[in-house]
Amino acid sequence: MTTPTARTPRTPPTAPPPAPKLPAARGPRRRVTALGLLAWLTGLVFAFPALWMVLTSLRSETDAATSPPSLGAPLTLDGYRAFFGGGASPWPPLINSAGASLFATVLVLVLALPAAYALSVRPVRRWTDVMFFFLSTKMLPVVAGLLPVYLFAKDAGMLDNIWLLVLLYTSMNLPIAVWMLQSFLADVPVAIIEAARVDGARTPTVLIRVVAPIVGPGIAATALICFIFSWNELLFARVLTSVTAQTAPVFLTGFVTSQGLFLAQLCAASVVVSLPVLIAGFVAQDRLVQGLSLGAVK
Amino acid sequence: MTTPAKASPRAATGPPGPRRSAANGARVWATRAPLLPALVFLIAVTQLPFVATLVISLLDWNALAPGERHFAWFANYATVARDPALRESVLTTALLTATVVIVSVVLGLLLALLLDRAFFGRGLVRTLLITPFLLVPVSAALLWKHALYNPEYGLFNGAWTWVTGLFGDTSPARTDWISTMPLIAVEASLIWQWTPFMMLILLAGLQSRPAETMEAARLDGANSWQTFRHLTLPHLRRYLELGVLLGSIHIVQNFDAVFTLTSGGLGTANLPYTVYQTFYQAHEYGLASAAGVLVVIGTIVIATFALRAVSSLFHETPTGKETKPS
Repeated sequence: MTTPTARTPRTPPTAPPPAPKLPAARGPRRRVTALGLLAWLTGLVFAFPALWMVLTSLRSETDAATSPPSLGAPLTLDGYRAFFGGGASPWPPLINSAGASLFATVLVLVLALPAAYALSVRPVRRWTDVMFFFLSTKMLPVVAGLLPVYLFAKDAGMLDNIWLLVLLYTSMNLPIAVWMLQSFLADVPVAIIEAARVDGARTPTVLIRVVAPIVGPGIAATALICFIFSWNELLFARVLTSVTAQTAPVFLTGFVTSQGLFLAQLCAASVVVSLPVLIAGFVAQDRLVQGLSLGAVK
Repeated sequence: MTTPAKASPRAATGPPGPRRSAANGARVWATRAPLLPALVFLIAVTQLPFVATLVISLLDWNALAPGERHFAWFANYATVARDPALRESVLTTALLTATVVIVSVVLGLLLALLLDRAFFGRGLVRTLLITPFLLVPVSAALLWKHALYNPEYGLFNGAWTWVTGLFGDTSPARTDWISTMPLIAVEASLIWQWTPFMMLILLAGLQSRPAETMEAARLDGANSWQTFRHLTLPHLRRYLELGVLLGSIHIVQNFDAVFTLTSGGLGTANLPYTVYQTFYQAHEYGLASAAGVLVVIGTIVIATFALRAVSSLFHETPTGKETKPS
């Protein structure tokens, strides 16, 4: 949406200096190589803690807790075995997280697609105001509504229930989804929609048959972002669930206190919980940028 | 509270005449209908609880003494305003957010500039760089707390011991990073997670620079600094604003890192953590709500500026789609 295609920046006010005699091409090339190396180096530095986590998760507990770290220590899957076969099984929290995130993502799309349609393809009056209303709910800090939600859930018997999380995650992601889908839908050529309409197609048909295929990748990006944010969420899940509906992040925070500290096992747990997001993010890097920027970056 | 600060002046193209037929009205509602489910849902789930928070903030209500719930008007606000812990958490939140956003934007810009040029394995380096952002925040915080910061077997002390060991000093390093520099420890882990985010947005900005203008500048003999200062930076402005805005929204509300790394101790309790604690552990419902309302007022102040920035961001679109009324 903000791709500034036609905007030509001002030319530098300084008068162009007399063109310097270009030096031999060797200098710049060496600099390019050096900058490439620097990029590689920073990339490795940034990824290193994560790689370290994976490496530690493959150690035995004694090797993981030696200092200075023993790089040549043998690798083992004991950490993962202990994590999955230990006291509390991680499967129920993982399944809860997956369920809450998936259902919330579906519900977000069901609500956001028609809304985005009414904000872009056939916009309602004052649609920018509506857009900013959606975004402004995102600025309302989560904690401000936490207590009433908790009290309501307690009265309604919905505490420790993933459907409550589904509702909350949907409201959390709905503004983002509306903004993203609005910007994707705005790219659909109006002529195509008009043509379908002239042929007598009704709004739902237009949406499903004509619009959806064109904005498919955009919808995928939106779904990815909503899933990641729901999967990562801690505060709501921590306050509103305890045992049966506990999600993976909550399980992780309780992991240290309940089991004592086993570094290899903790790293294995962190790797397992992060894995779905890591895979999805790596596969869809470009979609991720679109999504995180609310569709502003294409 | 959430009405946007600036209404769009362009969208106010009304119906042609004062008398609208019933058919016209039905058509307007047909246009609005797809919007309604999302709008109603969002109001019910986000706005109603806030109204309830407003009401509860006027009550003297401790859940451990349920019989004594009564109206206290603004007593909670007075208590909150006098509470030094809460005042400190306001400061902590501001400091934490500003530090993390500024440092990660600067680092993100440098990384984006590095990645903007072609070199061997660029895609792989980008993948490496975004890894921190893709870790689940709780995982990342646990990783920093136990695998990196731990005084006995953490990587930081381990690596330091290894380096000094090379020079014959075998006494192990025992710096307790979290208790010596708690806020910096939280900030460092957050900067690590958010720099990739800024890098991604700014890289997209860099790559959308008009190639012919850049080429023209080069032919005119502008050096790299001049090109950066007069072409790249103005072009990046909106991307910088977007990064700062989205980063701020998330980091102001950060709970995971503070909760996991320090449990709000050692002067790192930010507002979300303080409100959480007042309600969840101290069961002071009235006080927690009053604090929550103050958080919201603070956020509105920031959000008003932020929304203005975004709104200019999205208004400058060259296509001018907004002039199309229903």
